[in-house]
Amino acid sequence: MSTSTGAGTGTSTAPTASTIETTAAHGNLTDRVKAMQSVWILGVLVVIVAVFGVMSPSTFLTTGNLTNIAQNVSIWAVLAVGMTFVIITSGIDLSVGSVLVVSSVVSAKVMESMGDSGWTTALVGLALAVVVGIFWGALNGFLVARAKVPPLIVTLGTLSVALGVAQILTGGLDIRSAPQVLQDNIGYGRLAGIPAITIIALVVVVLGGIMLHRTRFGRYTYAIGSNETSARRVGINVDRKLVQIYALSGFLAGIAGILSLAQYGTTTIAGQSLTNLNVIAAVVIGGTSIFGGQGSMFGSMVGLFIPAVLQSGFVIVGVSPYWQTVAVGSILITAVYVDQHRRAAAVRGG
Amino acid sequence: MSPRFEATGLSRRFGRVQALDNADFDVDAGEVVALIGDNGAGKSTLVKALTGNLDLDAGEVRFEGEPVHFATPQDASRLGIEVVHQDLALAPHLDAAQNMFLGREVMRPGVLGHLGFMDTPQMRRRSAQAFTELGSAVRSVVVPVGSMSGGQKQTVAIARAVAWADKVLFLDEPTAALGVVQTRNVLDTIKKVRDRGIAVVLISHSMPHVLEVADRVQVLRLGRRVATYRGADTSVEELVGAMTGALDPKEGAA
Ligand SMILES: Nc1ncnc2c1ncn2[C@@H]1O[C@H](COP(=O)(O)OP(=O)(O)OP(=O)(O)O)[C@@H](O)[C@H]1O
Ligand SMILES: [Mg+2]
Repeated sequence: MSTSTGAGTGTSTAPTASTIETTAAHGNLTDRVKAMQSVWILGVLVVIVAVFGVMSPSTFLTTGNLTNIAQNVSIWAVLAVGMTFVIITSGIDLSVGSVLVVSSVVSAKVMESMGDSGWTTALVGLALAVVVGIFWGALNGFLVARAKVPPLIVTLGTLSVALGVAQILTGGLDIRSAPQVLQDNIGYGRLAGIPAITIIALVVVVLGGIMLHRTRFGRYTYAIGSNETSARRVGINVDRKLVQIYALSGFLAGIAGILSLAQYGTTTIAGQSLTNLNVIAAVVIGGTSIFGGQGSMFGSMVGLFIPAVLQSGFVIVGVSPYWQTVAVGSILITAVYVDQHRRAAAVRGG
Repeated sequence: MSPRFEATGLSRRFGRVQALDNADFDVDAGEVVALIGDNGAGKSTLVKALTGNLDLDAGEVRFEGEPVHFATPQDASRLGIEVVHQDLALAPHLDAAQNMFLGREVMRPGVLGHLGFMDTPQMRRRSAQAFTELGSAVRSVVVPVGSMSGGQKQTVAIARAVAWADKVLFLDEPTAALGVVQTRNVLDTIKKVRDRGIAVVLISHSMPHVLEVADRVQVLRLGRRVATYRGADTSVEELVGAMTGALDPKEGAA
């Protein structure tokens, strides 16, 4: 880059380098944090936790219950990492639940045929689940980027195809076996009292967050969602990035598939039909814009905990858990409404 | 010696509109060429076609005497050719520094860099320096470009192109949204960039600006270059006449 352009001449009243803000100053940071949807939605989460905590402190605010909640969101958290990337590109991945199912089916079938329940078998199963996941993800990405079919349609299609493949492979019957080492160490295993599955999810979330917010890959993810033309003009290989991003989502669905096998000891062919919508709702509640260019990993995690905490809280205080579904749907709409409203207000200067 | 950048017989049709009709164009190193013409004359189309943003139906493009074909904007970038598009093409959710270095991120040294980690402080510092040099009204390189004024956005786009252009700089109506001071700064920048030996192509509807900075003026009408004038020897009346077709100038007058 050239630096020889020289400063503006005497006519210039423009700021000097020292007056151009190059770091997020404190006041500014607070402003921006306040402006982030993930922060006020975190407030909502805190309020929900507080309300249940007050209503039944002896059962809700126990380590046991909180650990339980964390365990329940772990698999969705892994999916939400990929979904956050995808939605930031202004895409969507409806196929995650089906890809989870088909990965776990392929992996369970092969592990079953290997006969034993040791680590070798488990590792083969993991590798297979991941490969199957990447395959479906990359297929999504290819169809979105190269065939220019809208992501909603592509992933609606692969949702159906992947689930169908899983049903064909199994005749529709769940495979009720998973290597003992997986169930013992990952499904029920704990480290310092924390479920192994939660630790794995946490690692995935942290790595995903670093990748999104600190690396060039993440930067390009935002750039594509913000202005695809501009991304192309500066030389970003948008098509390849999209394939990679959808493949990442598929890869994580594969990981989720193996985690789900470990947790439940069976495939869950019929049990994932709403997984995609729950994950998308969490990501959107967390402030990731469905129009692309905007979002954070932190927000997605906050968005995940709201439904989980409501579920657990309703059970504990004796409200029918069906209300959870009602509450989550309402929060989703409210969250997006408030976000849009706030943005419109910001534009008006209100 | 062959001109820095030259095109002959460019044609491009959009449906029934012949946007470029056998158009010629040339610009030399260390020269400012103004490209003028009425709305719809084909100026933006010409710039896009010359910089890998648009395919041509016919025509030849030569860079430093060699025939070139740019399939993508990067092909042009790689040779040091940069454009400020009329629609700016910034990513609104990214800040000025992120936009400035988009596609050219400075990576952290060593292993971290290979893992994809960026040197954000350096990119911010260098962006701030570039905006200062341009005398731009950008106050912060860490707020999203989408929240900036039209003129601030424009200076971000200009600073980005100026920073990376080593051979040819295209500016498609760069001062359209700028205030008086910033316009002056951009015109001064154009001269400085030219004095560094870079070929500058300025598209503008402001004849005083054109006359101030242009070494040559090329007039485009209905997708065709109809006249070329030396900036020092022409006048607003002559340029307007050529643009509208009121005058019937001879191609290659200069
Ligand atoms: N992508 C496109 N599709 C169809 N027609 C187009 C397209 N781009 C340009 N045109 C047409 O080509 C002609 C030239 O357009 P161009 O944008 O090059 O004009 P211009 O000289 O830059 O005008 P202005 O001064 O208004 O910016 C116009 O008639 C326009 O309608
Ligand atoms: Mg134009």
